[in-house]
Amino acid sequence: MTVVDTILVPLKRVVDANVRVRVKPDGSGMALDGVKMSINPFDEIALEEALRIRERGETGEVVVVSIGTQVWTQQLRAGLAMGADRAILVETDQELEPLTVARTLMALVEREHSELVILGKQAIDGDNNQTGQMLAAIWGRPQACFTSHLRFSDRVATAMREVDAGLEVIEVDLPAVVTTDLRLNEPRYTKLPDILKAKKKPLQTLSLAELNVDPEVQFRVLGIEPPPQRPSGVKVSDVAELVQALRQKGVV
Amino acid sequence: MARVLIVAEHDGRALNASTAKCVSCAASFAPSAIDIAVFASDGGAVAAQAAALEGATGVIRVDHPANENALAAVAAPQIAELSAGYTHVFGPSTTFGKDLMPRVAALLGVGQLSDIMNAESAWRFKRPFYAGNAILTVEAPEDRPVVATVRTASYQAAEDSGNAPISQRTIETELPTHTRYVELRSDSGGGRPDLQTASRVVSGGRGVGSSENFQIIERLADALGAAVGASRAAVDAGYAGNDLQVGQTGKIIAPDLYIAVGISGAIQHLTGIKDAGVIVAINKDSEAPLFEVADIGLVADLFAAVPELAEALGEQARSGS
Repeated sequence: MTVVDTILVPLKRVVDANVRVRVKPDGSGMALDGVKMSINPFDEIALEEALRIRERGETGEVVVVSIGTQVWTQQLRAGLAMGADRAILVETDQELEPLTVARTLMALVEREHSELVILGKQAIDGDNNQTGQMLAAIWGRPQACFTSHLRFSDRVATAMREVDAGLEVIEVDLPAVVTTDLRLNEPRYTKLPDILKAKKKPLQTLSLAELNVDPEVQFRVLGIEPPPQRPSGVKVSDVAELVQALRQKGVV
Repeated sequence: MARVLIVAEHDGRALNASTAKCVSCAASFAPSAIDIAVFASDGGAVAAQAAALEGATGVIRVDHPANENALAAVAAPQIAELSAGYTHVFGPSTTFGKDLMPRVAALLGVGQLSDIMNAESAWRFKRPFYAGNAILTVEAPEDRPVVATVRTASYQAAEDSGNAPISQRTIETELPTHTRYVELRSDSGGGRPDLQTASRVVSGGRGVGSSENFQIIERLADALGAAVGASRAAVDAGYAGNDLQVGQTGKIIAPDLYIAVGISGAIQHLTGIKDAGVIVAINKDSEAPLFEVADIGLVADLFAAVPELAEALGEQARSGS
C-alpha cells in the first residue's frame, strides 16, 4: 500500500571516504584536484532505503536531487543507476551553507509535493549534521535523525535512532524528514545494464533563482589549517614492557 | 556583550557531563551571562545540579509534561522562544545536541556552527571538518544569534562549586504532537563507566573476531575500571552495540588512556580519539595505521596479549600499587 507518492533523496558529491584529504600548503582550502569523488555514503544509504520502500510498494517514485555544478550530474546518474526514477540538479557554483541547502530542499518538497525526504545524517566533508533537521524545522514537520531502522504503518513512520544511550524508538506522522545512520542498510551494487538504462532516465536542471532561494552566506571562513599532529610513540615488545610504559606515563 | 543560553542534556534525573563542558566553552569568552535551560517534566533535581556548575549565572526550569523525554521537534520551539535576549544558544555535540540545535537555528532563521573546539572570541570559532583532517576558523555575524554545538572532547567539565539562582518559566508556544517518544533500548554498560566521560577506555575492532571474543575486551576494561568502546567495523559486525562506536560518526572521546585492540585505525576512527591522553595500540598487523598515532604500540596476538595485560593490571589493582 502506498504511504507517500514521492520520496526525495538529496545526494551530495563528496570526496570518496577512502581518500585521505589534506589541507593545501597555503591554507586556502583542501587539496582536491584529481581526487576521487562519490555520493556521500550516508546519502547512498538514504537512497537504498528509498528504493526498498518503493520495492515494498509503499511509494510511487524516488527522486534524487543535488545542488551543485554540472559535474554533480555524475552522482545523480549514479543514483539513477542504483534505481532512482528521475533526478533534479539545482545548478549553482556557490558553496552553500546547510541552511540554504535546507531552504532549497524545502522549495523542492513543495514543487514535487513530496511527503518524505530521506537524507544522510551528515556529509563526510563538512561534518555539519544539520541539513535534515533544518529542513524539518522550516517545513514544520517531524524529524527522525540518525535512523537505523524504519517502517511505516498508514501515515505513521516508526524509526529506531542510534543515540548515545543506545537505540531510541520514536513515531512520527508523515510528512517527515528522515536522516540515516550507517546501519540502516547496505547499499546495493550497480550493474552495468542499470548504468546504461540510467542514461535514458529524466534529469532536470533548475536554478536557485527559479526556486526563489537566496544563497546568503552567514559564516565567514578566516582560515583552514591541518590538525596538530601527535608526536610519534614507541613500540614495546611484550606485555611486561607495555605495563612498564603505562606506569611510566602514570596512567595505570 | 555576549549572553549565552545553554540547553541542558539530562535523562530526567541526572545532568549529563556534556552540559558542564558547554559551560566551559561559554566561559572561555567571558560572556556577561551563562544561563542553563532545563526542559523536563519535573526538572528540580537536574536544575539543582546545573545551578552548581561554576560559571553559570542562572538556571531556567521549563517544566512541562511534553518534556518528559527529549524530542527535538518539541524542545526546539521552546528554546527559540526562550532565546530572546541571548546572543548565543549552545548545546553539546552529542546525539542530543546534534538532533536539536540545527532545528533551533532554523526556527530562528540562522545557520548553525557544529562542534566548536575553540572560541577565539565570542564570534570567532574553530571547528574540525573532513573527519578532523582540517580545522576551520569561522566568524559568525554579530547581528544575529550564534547557535552552536560544543565539541565536548575539547573542553574540561566546569567544576560544581557554583550556586546559580533557579527560576521557573512557562512557555507560550504551542507544542507539536507529530513526534512521539516510544522507548529507549539500551543493552550495554554492564555497570561500566560511561564511554563519553570515562577517563579510561578499552576498544575492540574487527580483529576481535566475534561478539563472544569481545569479552576479552570487557575483562581488560574491568581490570582497569575502564569503559568499553568499539570501532565501526566491530559494531557493523555485531560484536558491540552502536552506542559503543568511537569515531567520526560515533562518539568523539578524550580519555586519559585509550587502548585500541585489534583496530586497524581508519581515519574515521582516529578522529574520535585524537584528544586522548595516552593511546595504546595492540594489533598483530605491524602496518596498522593506528600505530602511527599510538604513544605505545604492541605488535602481538591480541588473544594472548590482552588477557595477559588484564591479569597484570588486575594484580596491580589487587595489590593496591
